[in-house]
Amino acid sequence: MTVGKKLWIIILIKLFILFFFLRLFFFPDFLRSRFSNDRERGDYVREQLIQRK
Amino acid sequence: MILNIDPGIVDWSRAQFALTAIYHWLFVPLTLGLSFLVAIMETIYVKTGDPEWKRITKFWMTLFGINFAIGIATGIILEFEFGTNWSNYSWFVGDIFGAPLAIEGIMAFFLESTFIAVMFFGWNKVSKKFHLASSWLTAIGANISALWILVANSWMQYPVGMKFNPETARNEMQNFWNVLFSPVAVHKFLHTISAGYVTAAIFILGISAWFLLKKRETGMARKSILVAAIFGLITSIFLAITGDGSAYTIAQTQPMKLAAMEGLYKGQKANGLVLFGIPQLGKKVGDGKNNFAFKVEIPGLLSILGYHNMDAYVPGVEDILNGGYKPEFQNITPVEKETTLPVSEKIERGKLAITAFGYFKKAKKAGDEVSAAKADSTLKANFAYFGYGYLKSPGEAVPNVALTFYSFRTMVIFGFYFILLFIIVLYFHSKNQLQDKRWLQYVMLWTIPLVYLAGQAGWVVAEIGRQPWVIQDLLPTRAAVSMIETTSVQITFWLFAVLFTALLIAELMIMTRQIKLGPKDGGTK
Repeated sequence: MTVGKKLWIIILIKLFILFFFLRLFFFPDFLRSRFSNDRERGDYVREQLIQRK
Repeated sequence: MILNIDPGIVDWSRAQFALTAIYHWLFVPLTLGLSFLVAIMETIYVKTGDPEWKRITKFWMTLFGINFAIGIATGIILEFEFGTNWSNYSWFVGDIFGAPLAIEGIMAFFLESTFIAVMFFGWNKVSKKFHLASSWLTAIGANISALWILVANSWMQYPVGMKFNPETARNEMQNFWNVLFSPVAVHKFLHTISAGYVTAAIFILGISAWFLLKKRETGMARKSILVAAIFGLITSIFLAITGDGSAYTIAQTQPMKLAAMEGLYKGQKANGLVLFGIPQLGKKVGDGKNNFAFKVEIPGLLSILGYHNMDAYVPGVEDILNGGYKPEFQNITPVEKETTLPVSEKIERGKLAITAFGYFKKAKKAGDEVSAAKADSTLKANFAYFGYGYLKSPGEAVPNVALTFYSFRTMVIFGFYFILLFIIVLYFHSKNQLQDKRWLQYVMLWTIPLVYLAGQAGWVVAEIGRQPWVIQDLLPTRAAVSMIETTSVQITFWLFAVLFTALLIAELMIMTRQIKLGPKDGGTK
């Protein structure tokens, strides 16, 4: 196998793992997955910042 | 209600980010530097028409391609982590972080990707000049990508050009140019890309030395060493100069980081610079013990480096915690222009700001505009200390002094060693004695891991030295993390450790195989 082919395979496997495995199953966007709009996200973060002191 | 955060989630989230950043930084410097070195070598080929230079260029370009392909997108995971582990931080920074990252992605996609395709697949298909232009644009694209990430990181170290909006709980960019051209951003960008250039120069030196040791491809090796050593010497001197600039801006904007870098607990005027030393084990703030078990110091040099004034007062950790001195640095609030505040008072002001932030929304909800305006005014007056409101004690404002101290020295000592190495290599090259100096060939080869160590040490200084802050003075790590299960962060930490280690092993295997094969298509022995 040429080095170019090897690298393409690595790139494709890596991107698959990153975007279709890690991103989907382990890295949901915390605020986007729990709240439906920016107002709710802002309210949540505000409460967190106030309550954590 | 006080929300207690499990310290485990903070520590594991930090550890995961550090692991990702460390692995990412194994690939990036070589991309930044080798792209330019390849472009330089191709320029020599186009100018001279000597096919040997084309052969040499293609050899190093292959190694560049291996590093680029394996390293690409390792940085994306950092963005994933912002959204999952650091949600409060991601929201709080608003569009200030997002804008540079978006520009970075667009630039990387359009500039780098387009021309990298021509660079690798365009040999003999496009004209020499077009191919050469593509190589240069790939290098420039990669470095401009780095600019935007570093601008974002610099804003974390020195937040400027923004205004906090209590309605949305986000910082909003007020002045893009203040963010882009902040002195921290300028120095950090120049210093970081220089580190990449030195890394690539040492890489070429080391690999070429391997060929000399094996008595193979000696012509290619000598030519490559000449280009890399000249490039390396110029960029390593520039690295030292920009390092000085960075230290100056750190003195102005992050005095606690400078104190940690120097292991300085009690400051003074005409403060000396510690060349090397051993910080006292178990040293605690205010215990009266000596900072150092042993040190070698150059009198007055820290005042010169930090403030360009031999008599300048450089505050130590205890001075910053206790306040009460006249600041010589510029990044200071009006209330501290004459005398700095103790951290205990900054904590009180921070608590005032956070409380006012809470009252603002309540008042707005109740339709009480007068109270809302009062709360907003209190928040604005104390916003500069917002992050301090989360600290439980002044001691929490102190980063890990020993780690910052040793990392700084590792970086600087290696940095000067690289300058010396380039000079020695060029000297023996000019005498045509390089092939006979096997000791020097071994030194060049074994310097490769040292340049990577120096680069990582630099980032440890930058990021450990700024603790506990995610955003200097405005948001500590405790307030920035998401409320998620510690277990989930632990799982992904180990997943990354396995994934990145696999990528690194793949790179080392493919790279060493390609190096052993050597350049293709004839050439000189």
